[in-house]
Amino acid sequence: MKLIALIAVCLTGGLLIYGTMDMPRWGDPRSPASLHVSPRYIEKTLEETAVPNMVTSVLADYRGYDTLGETTVIFTAGIACILLIRRFSR
Amino acid sequence: MIAPFEDVIIQTVCRFLIPFLQVYGLYVIAHGHSSPGGGFQGGVILGASFILLCLSYDIQEMKKRLSPRANVIFFSVGLIIYSGIGVLCLLLGGKYLDYSWLHKILPVGPVEARSMGIFGIEVGVGITVMAVMISIFLDLASEEQHLGS
Repeated sequence: MKLIALIAVCLTGGLLIYGTMDMPRWGDPRSPASLHVSPRYIEKTLEETAVPNMVTSVLADYRGYDTLGETTVIFTAGIACILLIRRFSR
Repeated sequence: MIAPFEDVIIQTVCRFLIPFLQVYGLYVIAHGHSSPGGGFQGGVILGASFILLCLSYDIQEMKKRLSPRANVIFFSVGLIIYSGIGVLCLLLGGKYLDYSWLHKILPVGPVEARSMGIFGIEVGVGITVMAVMISIFLDLASEEQHLGS
């Protein structure tokens, strides 16, 4: 049983490594992400959102759903800690 | 349980340090637009200032300033501010979290309204992060029942 698990893990790992073979190189200026999305944010941020800080505009405006999700995760962590650890006096 | 202790140097230094820490936290939240920073970072600084109060004095002293009950309300309010701005955009006719529609109720144009919307959600994120940090710290630091309710 352990042998099967080992083989499965090695096979999956090998497949994942094989999948990274044709990815663009790290920091490649001609990769699809650098050609399409990034220049648009860099060029349009100031005229579309009037925010000089590009990081903030991407985080809070273009990717607003993502940040809402992050805040919800933090909220859930707080609630879970209260439910699990806090002792309420009776 | 953190036992109360008296140390003149630590208490004096922290008493001078904490107000500056809190002002700096508010600065980081408010200047997320034009400099590195934003809701998460500023919220963590604000939360750390309360934790410092807790460490240099004791938990009771901190609970006098900010009760755990109010703290729970705070971290709900932060999330409500965030999602409330989204719903407000929806009610004004745009898409969810499309801040440019806030120009209908704010005295600025659509572009500046997006900037204002970003500021609003930063404040919400900051409040939530601050309150959750304090809440988790209080839960972990005291093994006795500390709610006092």
